[in-house]
Amino acid sequence: MNEAKNVREPLFHVARRGTVALKRQVWARVIAVFGGLITGSLICLVVYGKSPVEFLWRLVYGNFKSMDSVWNLLRNTAFLLAIGLALIPAFKMKFWNLGGNGQILMGGIATVCCMKYLGGILPDVVVWLFMLVSAVAAGMIWSAIPAIFKAFFKTNETLFTLMMNYIAAGIVAFAIKKIGGKGTTGSIGVIETAQLPVLFHDSFLIILSVALLTVIMTLYMKKSKHGYEIAVVGESENTAKYVGINVRKVIIRTLILSGAICGFVGFLFVGASEHTIVTEETLAKTGFTAFTAIIAVWIAHNDPIATIGASFGIIFINNGMPFVKATLGITEDTVANMIIGIMYLFVIACEFFISYQVIFNRKNKNALREM
Amino acid sequence: MKKLITLIVAAIMAVACCFGLTACGGGDDKTVGEVQIPAVTSQNVNQFDNVEIASDFKIGVICLHDKNSTYDKNFIDAVETAAKALKLSNDQLIIYTGIPEGSECETKANELVGLGCKAIFADSFGHEDFMIKAAKANPTVQFFHATGTKAHTEGVSNFHNAFASIYEGRYLAGVAAGLKLKEMDQNGLIKDTNKDENGNVKIGYVGAWTYAEVISGFTSWYLGVKSEYPNVVMDVQFTGSWYDEVREKSAAEMLISRGCALISQHADSMGAPNACETAGVPNVSYNGSTINACPDTFIISSKIDWTYYFKWIIASVGGDAEAVPTDFAGTIDDGCMVALTAINGDVMAEGTVEKLVQVRKSIMDKTIRIFDCSKFTVNGEHLTTYLADVNTDADFTPDTEVIKTEGGITYFAESELRSAPYFDIKIDGITYLNVAY
Repeated sequence: MNEAKNVREPLFHVARRGTVALKRQVWARVIAVFGGLITGSLICLVVYGKSPVEFLWRLVYGNFKSMDSVWNLLRNTAFLLAIGLALIPAFKMKFWNLGGNGQILMGGIATVCCMKYLGGILPDVVVWLFMLVSAVAAGMIWSAIPAIFKAFFKTNETLFTLMMNYIAAGIVAFAIKKIGGKGTTGSIGVIETAQLPVLFHDSFLIILSVALLTVIMTLYMKKSKHGYEIAVVGESENTAKYVGINVRKVIIRTLILSGAICGFVGFLFVGASEHTIVTEETLAKTGFTAFTAIIAVWIAHNDPIATIGASFGIIFINNGMPFVKATLGITEDTVANMIIGIMYLFVIACEFFISYQVIFNRKNKNALREM
Repeated sequence: MKKLITLIVAAIMAVACCFGLTACGGGDDKTVGEVQIPAVTSQNVNQFDNVEIASDFKIGVICLHDKNSTYDKNFIDAVETAAKALKLSNDQLIIYTGIPEGSECETKANELVGLGCKAIFADSFGHEDFMIKAAKANPTVQFFHATGTKAHTEGVSNFHNAFASIYEGRYLAGVAAGLKLKEMDQNGLIKDTNKDENGNVKIGYVGAWTYAEVISGFTSWYLGVKSEYPNVVMDVQFTGSWYDEVREKSAAEMLISRGCALISQHADSMGAPNACETAGVPNVSYNGSTINACPDTFIISSKIDWTYYFKWIIASVGGDAEAVPTDFAGTIDDGCMVALTAINGDVMAEGTVEKLVQVRKSIMDKTIRIFDCSKFTVNGEHLTTYLADVNTDADFTPDTEVIKTEGGITYFAESELRSAPYFDIKIDGITYLNVAY
């Protein structure tokens, strides 16, 4: 009897909800988005004394004020989506690839090197091919290393992929020094040779490539045998072994795919947009990193199509915010970044509560009193 | 019980954090001990006060970071002051902060054109290529870029570079530091650990990159110190970043532990000044006063005050003032960009203010040349000729003779052939502990 009394339960526990009706899900999301926007605008009101209506209007208008703004919105959405597409297979397999940034940077370095050292010597078409192949290969190598260690030695992939980011950042710094030479102070200038061609608009090629990638990845994840294997390994490695799936092979193959897409993002970003070496700071300040992509993928529950919407929402806020700041005369980024963070939090929390519920334990109330 | 303890500990930590933050941040309106340095009028610099500005004129500004970086804050404060002085409304000034040195800069520049800006300014070195692209795409809009090197050779008529002969301000800040060293020496505050094997006192410098702008800055500062306190050598530690609080702090701590008796820096965070305040080592700052956070160690700071340049941009593009030259270097004349902050009366040596006024006058008269070749040696010899990389090219080829003789002084003509600095020589007495290209 006494023993039973001493058993202490946590204050609450989290349990998976059953299926929530689609209508309720939609409502929950709508409320979360508006809750986030309203809270953000209220913070803006409290800190800067600017009207919430002004804030919200500018956030929206900032994205649609000109054709260029719209192109920019679509372009950045495409980039974030592409990184998301790279992460989805890995995440679906419960392999937490946090090394997206590093894989993109490696792809970027490979692209820059081809542009700088082959551009103008070989015909552009050949250089583009080299850029593409080397960038994809660089991304692959960067993700294959942690995958091999995970598959054969059960190394922790979160730490391993994170560390690979630091190494990539170091290689970027080294490359800037090598390519730029003396007196570069962290930038190497625009490389004029072998830039990717402009079709209709600077961003069109990027958006088109990512659209194709989205179709391919959706089919791959939902219709192919590989996609199915990934899902099984993600659910339970033992089940996968039991049904005869070569788990090691799936892990390595999937991560190579993940890294290849990240490398491709690096190729597109450098070749079609920046034409210079890309650092983590460039990624972050332009509005998308592999870490933001994790949020997009998480909100979208690893679904490629839903990731389109999630990426769009995130970029919408990211792209609108500079205009809000600039036109309201805010020259300090900390609060603005906090507001962005709070908006994300609302949506993420919403997704969490759609899947899970918190159950408070009655018994524990007594335990609290005893304390 | 355990939970209770955890809660209490957490609460204490939270409170401690708040106190810690306020302690580091300091108040903004504290002015104890600030002494202004009187103006020296040699010629009147036009402040464009009577120029009529068109009501539809707009100026756009692109900044790499936000106001939390001392570098960007300097620009933001200046353009806000200029806009106010020329009676621009809030809608006539648009500032984008946190814009990377990539295509985003070009995007934002084009966006500013779309918002009706007739003049667009960018503040970071790496913005240059993207500003040039935007300038080519928008020939009716004027583009201005600080610290850049390409305007005088690029031939894009609506693209301009600007900088200031800040080495003159650095030199003056060095003079204040030299007087401080002299006073410390007289008061017996210089220990044997502060000296090298030849008996010279060691001072330290935290630099961002091994790059002309930084080298020119610390060399002129060092020559200023040396003019008042000749037995001095300097160690320089580079961080390889314009803004990295942690690295700047640890670099300063390392220099202090090596025995440096006084520290200065060219890097944009509060890392080095805070490290000096903690260790009680006098500090000469750059780009703005750090007296609020460092009341016991801050001496003085030189800075480029961009207000004048912004006023000129607004008055020439928005009004009828004379056009801004393609490549402009601000001077040490009153109100013309090279400025000194108020000096810290509690830390400075006696007589500093008078001395600074006197030296400043000599610099204006050109009876003192900062990079006077007789005042420093390179590998034991005085310079008689030097080719500097003035015209930017991919391989950084030295192309222009920069040693001049005027008024009987042979000197290195910094910022005369191009606004951005090109003094990149390592002179005797300065030791690089590392390099960061």
